[in-house]
Amino acid sequence: MGHPMRGATAITGLGITPMGRIFGKSANELAADAVREAIADSGLRKDEIDGLLINPGITGTTGGGIGLGLQNYLGLNNLRLLNHMNAAGSTAAQMVQYASLAIAAGMANHVVCVFADNPLTEGKSSGSSYGGASRMPSRPQGVAGLYQHAGFFGPNTSYALACSRHMELYGTTHDQLGAIAVAERAWAVMNPRAQMRDPMTLEMYHASRWIVEPLHLLDCCLVSNGAVAVIVSGADQAKDMKAPPVYVLGMGQGHPGDPLRSGSDWETETGAKIAAKTAFSMAGLGPRDMTQLQLYDCYTYTVLVTLEDYGFCAKGEGGPFVADGKLGPGGSLPTNTGGGELSGYYMWGMTPLSEAVIQGRGQGGERQQKNDAILCTGNGGILNYHGALILGPNRS
Amino acid sequence: MTDATPAPSRPLPQADEISKEFFDGGMAGRLMLMKCTACGALRLPSRRHCDVCLADETAWVESSGKGVVRSFGIMHQRYHPGFQTPYNVAFVELEEGVRLPTNIVGVANDAIRVGMPVVVEWDRYEDVALPKFRPA
Ligand SMILES: [Zn+2]
Repeated sequence: MGHPMRGATAITGLGITPMGRIFGKSANELAADAVREAIADSGLRKDEIDGLLINPGITGTTGGGIGLGLQNYLGLNNLRLLNHMNAAGSTAAQMVQYASLAIAAGMANHVVCVFADNPLTEGKSSGSSYGGASRMPSRPQGVAGLYQHAGFFGPNTSYALACSRHMELYGTTHDQLGAIAVAERAWAVMNPRAQMRDPMTLEMYHASRWIVEPLHLLDCCLVSNGAVAVIVSGADQAKDMKAPPVYVLGMGQGHPGDPLRSGSDWETETGAKIAAKTAFSMAGLGPRDMTQLQLYDCYTYTVLVTLEDYGFCAKGEGGPFVADGKLGPGGSLPTNTGGGELSGYYMWGMTPLSEAVIQGRGQGGERQQKNDAILCTGNGGILNYHGALILGPNRS
Repeated sequence: MTDATPAPSRPLPQADEISKEFFDGGMAGRLMLMKCTACGALRLPSRRHCDVCLADETAWVESSGKGVVRSFGIMHQRYHPGFQTPYNVAFVELEEGVRLPTNIVGVANDAIRVGMPVVVEWDRYEDVALPKFRPA
């Protein structure tokens, strides 16, 4: 007898707005565009939606992000499930999880999970939207100010520190990290929604400027304006709906805690390790059963450490594992087939999730890969928060 | 004397209610850590409650100031006018086990290594001193 949640729910609707330097729409307006498209895609009537989960992106912190008020903007009335969620990049996977649990418990039938963000301002650089320097007080209070005085700015700094430790401990190289960036770009070339569609070579990767050494510009994700919405429904209803259902076969989370605490190996062992156990066990599957991966890739390094923590290779061997190009088109482990967050678009955990739904439906066009079991992950904070979904087109 | 605008400064932390002894210690050249009197765990004074046992009774102990570079990076992107790039950022782990964000001084950026032994050196300003680390 399998796990009762295995195949209990499915993703039945998907809406994706144009991505990138898209200006002139508020976060609510972007969210409404994505939700309208997801509802149309699912074939549901709007009044059949009885749950709404909301994840605002960085504008939830910096201002203007979507919040509980989105319910009224969308005109969703008499909801049976509603929340505003934020576990950073792990939230998208988590929204699908909480929606699935609620549906299985009879608390809702069709739950919209939506992410919208518009951190980019016309005429300003992408980097300025995440560094946080403009919001920094000249006299920060308490020991948290040690970060500011030392010149830590945004996630780039902390991910660089994590990556440098992996490189030092295991001999991981820039050629290996670059192989991840090159593979993802090769996928993005085939994705009409991707922001970066010009082919990239390893030489171009090496030539890209340092952001925070050891991270080159091409180790870092894009910044995007846009929105993505998915609809989660019970599996019994999903099979008769308009879009091909993508079943939720496994779910897990892992949150290792404060990186500054004594004894933490946060740099090289992440919440993926905890989430993997729960998700694989629920699905009754293991890493070898995964036919494609949609991994959260805020940085090339995030992909590398995630592969290790899910057991696709041993700890420390992520570099040699990816170096042969197996993640790219024609490789043995197709990963981030839409170009990911590095070359596709940066919608936090909705980037891997949206591509997993496209692939799970078999709608990937020239980039379609074998989709029996898709590992879809979300990672947030500085490797602090992790959410995992195992998805596939077959319920059993 | 001069009407030139002063060069922008790095953000200069100041004590909050729970970190006063840490910042006072810095002015006296002493790296002070918070110690949980219930379980003995050490921490930076970033919170009132012990993250191990949740007790909120604390004492203060002085660190040896010795540690190792846990990890480091070199900032090339300039996000704030108070910083000249490139500069290094690091997490140092003190021999007492406590970690803190800092900079490594007295060594070229390309000579910094993970695991390098370091010792505290104070970066002094008019009303605050910040713990930085140089090779031991
Ligand atoms: Zn304690």
